[in-house]
Amino acid sequence: MNALRQYIDLFNDNRKVIEAGSPAVLNAQRDAALAALHGARLPRKGSEDYEATDLEAVFAPDYGMNLTRIAFGGDATESFRCDVPNMSTCLYTCFNDVIVPGPNAMRNAGGMVVETFKEAATRHPEVLARYGSLAQFDDPTVALNTLLAQDGLLVYVPRGVVAERPLQLVNIFNTTQPLMAVRRVLVVLEDGASARMLVCDHTQSKDVNFLSSQVVEIIAGEDSTFDYYDLEESTPLTHRVSTIYARQARGSNVLIDGITLTNGFTRNNYRVTVDGEHAETTLLGMTVAGDEQHVDTHTLISHNAGLCRSNEMFKYVLGDKAVGAFAGKILIKEGCPRVEAYQGNRNLCASPQARMYTKPQLEIYTDDVKASHGTTIGQLDQEALYYMRTRGISEAEAQRLLMQAFMSDVIDGVRLDVLRDRLHYLVEKRFNGTLASCSSCAEACMVKG
Amino acid sequence: MKEEQNKKDAEKHIINQAASEEYKYGFVTDIETNVIPKGLNEDVVRQISALKNEPEWLLDMRLKAYAHWLTLKQPTWGHIDMPEIDFQDISYYAAPRKQAAEGNGEIDPELKRTFDKLGIPLEEQMRLSGMAVDAVMDSVSVHTTYREKLAELGVIFCSISEAVKDYPDLIKKYLGKVVPYTDNFYAALNTAVFSDGSFVYIPKGVRCPMELSTYFRINAAQTGQFERTLIVADDDSYVSYLEGCTAPMRDENQLHAAIVEIIVEDRAEVKYSTVQNWYPGDKDGKGGIYNLVTKRGLCRGDHSKLSWTQVETGSAITWKYPSCILKGDHSVGEFYSVALTRNYQQADTGTKMIHLGRNSSSTIVSKGISAGHSQNSYRGLVKIAPQATGCRNYTQCDSLLLSDTSGAHTFPVIEVDNDSSVVEHEATTSKINEDQIFYCNQRGISTEDAVGLIVNGYAKEVMAKLPMEFAVEAQKLLSVSLEGSIG
Repeated sequence: MNALRQYIDLFNDNRKVIEAGSPAVLNAQRDAALAALHGARLPRKGSEDYEATDLEAVFAPDYGMNLTRIAFGGDATESFRCDVPNMSTCLYTCFNDVIVPGPNAMRNAGGMVVETFKEAATRHPEVLARYGSLAQFDDPTVALNTLLAQDGLLVYVPRGVVAERPLQLVNIFNTTQPLMAVRRVLVVLEDGASARMLVCDHTQSKDVNFLSSQVVEIIAGEDSTFDYYDLEESTPLTHRVSTIYARQARGSNVLIDGITLTNGFTRNNYRVTVDGEHAETTLLGMTVAGDEQHVDTHTLISHNAGLCRSNEMFKYVLGDKAVGAFAGKILIKEGCPRVEAYQGNRNLCASPQARMYTKPQLEIYTDDVKASHGTTIGQLDQEALYYMRTRGISEAEAQRLLMQAFMSDVIDGVRLDVLRDRLHYLVEKRFNGTLASCSSCAEACMVKG
Repeated sequence: MKEEQNKKDAEKHIINQAASEEYKYGFVTDIETNVIPKGLNEDVVRQISALKNEPEWLLDMRLKAYAHWLTLKQPTWGHIDMPEIDFQDISYYAAPRKQAAEGNGEIDPELKRTFDKLGIPLEEQMRLSGMAVDAVMDSVSVHTTYREKLAELGVIFCSISEAVKDYPDLIKKYLGKVVPYTDNFYAALNTAVFSDGSFVYIPKGVRCPMELSTYFRINAAQTGQFERTLIVADDDSYVSYLEGCTAPMRDENQLHAAIVEIIVEDRAEVKYSTVQNWYPGDKDGKGGIYNLVTKRGLCRGDHSKLSWTQVETGSAITWKYPSCILKGDHSVGEFYSVALTRNYQQADTGTKMIHLGRNSSSTIVSKGISAGHSQNSYRGLVKIAPQATGCRNYTQCDSLLLSDTSGAHTFPVIEVDNDSSVVEHEATTSKINEDQIFYCNQRGISTEDAVGLIVNGYAKEVMAKLPMEFAVEAQKLLSVSLEGSIG
């Protein structure tokens, strides 16, 4: 069985329909993607970099696709308001795979341009032309995404523009039939530009299987700053395979933060290439998983220039039968002196059936660098628990406090004040229910919001 | 004109001498050697078995391994750049002729001189401290010292060929049980063609009174060495075992594919130390030994302990992962390693700690030092099985880079399948601290000596685990190996 087959067949049968609904730039990439998929297989569990994750099984079910571009719509505010209220954002909603601007989306956008690919094809073709310039087809899920993508969101921040108001994209699954959504984002920051973006993944239909294939490309110009926050609160039946590519020019500063609180299956790939000196990269990740949640993160930071800094920190709290995986690689190429690169992965296993796999890696080809990685898998500090018990704090409460403290440094890395406060609250809420009843927790949160 | 020529010749001589000084064990012993023709096929496997008068079951095992090997491909996952080895271009058995002819316990004086030169006296009275040595040249064990004295305590220490004859039950019971021939490509090859090595058996309750050691020497050209070591420590016993190795300087690469198997029973302890100094190739990366070794120990008993210590300075390519299967409850595994690579050496080494028993613990300390154009990788696995509750692992792997053309890499894999175990992993990579060098310079210590000092200090944690005589040797070895590698 090759799960890719059904998608390739689907594409071959419906190529005209797919291409008719897409801008020419997207169509131009399809042949290369198809060629890359020829003879390719999705990784099975146990293969290199997929120690705990079976992508073949994720793509195997027969998902429907919105090939004819049905204009989905719905109430976005229901999901998202509860997560980060009181935040004034330029709001876009992606219903399944159809992007709709919210009311007053672009008010006070301050020169930042946000368009669907379709709009951009006529208004900013020269920017959209950079679509696909970072995506690599050696990963079959990226090739598949490129093969089937019909639309996406372009974020374009022209030279020197500082967008004060964050951009928010809310991805929502809401259909009665199993669906695969192909989502695509292209971010282009010109020199000296600055922007922040929050992406929230939600699923409103609780009993339906979903698969989200996401590819994000971030091109950061010289001295630009970009924050990308990715918050996932979906359902146990939602599967997500996401790859974020970033290329950083001299002096740029990029932060990518992936937060998973509830989900079914998630594989997050981060591929950062640092091409210019004095660039700074921060990758943060936080996962709270219970039930049978599966969260797998894979990062690669390639330093192609000297005098750069990168910092990674990923934290997992796993309960019930949750499976967590982290594999990260820092690559420092020859002739890139004075790079400082740090990577951390800290994990708490809170139940006997929880599983954690971790593989931090360093590949260094130059001598004048400082690089380190650290990994721990363990439990809460018994002495700290005891200390709190002796002061009359219940065991459950003490555990909650310690877990929250454990997560706090990742949350504190968030550079968006409202979101940071909200995350403290959301994580607290998440821990308040037992790890198992995560879905009801999210529900309670929604009702209150 | 002539004078100028003479001067040039003299200069050349000095340069040659300086270059060859780097590896002082690079000489060849001129002794007659029985070498079977190059190539590998079923007949060669049968011939090796026949030469050693082996019983039928061992030949069967060899043939099975050979058949299995034919189905395998040379692994390519290591972070090493290795040309495909032509396995038909190697001779699989070479034995010093006189030893083979006499076989009466008398050592050929030439062999004795060779081992004297290597600092391994084969005469017992010459040893100051008690250390029993099994000396292996090419494919055969030439002499084992202190055998009788050890036998009084019931300790068996002999070559594996003799053990097959004298202790068939023990060999049959343990050989291939920790590293089966199906394990990997080189394990299959070794099982098919292994020639000699050491066998150690420590009976119940015996604390081995002296260090046991095997010294491996490759002498003959165009041969491979495929030795096999088996150590069994019965309940409540203890043994410290050392392994050393050298080879002549040659332009072609030679293959060394060994298997070491260790079984540790209840409350027993085995300490296995290696100072690996195979010929590393010249400064342009020409020649050198391919050291492709499978080493694994099974801590079968409760409260058993296995400790691996290795100092790796030789070999053009090193590919070895001394591992512990911690099956017994409260069993302990340790791995201490210093790997120094320079010129064009490549090392991909590390360990596997597989925790199956409850409350088992393991410690990994790996120190990599890369100079010149070398590549040095740590690759490891820590796996904690669901039933192995209360386990503990601490891993530290540091890399020191001495040149901007060398590479240092770490590839650790950690899998934890329960919630009561604690695993920690730390790794750092950095270059040598300039402040420290400056401090030494200020006090009249040359940069080269300062680097030697700093590197020795950096590796001290591992050196401290070596038996004392070895530690002194290893420290010297590190300093010598570093000579001329500071750019």
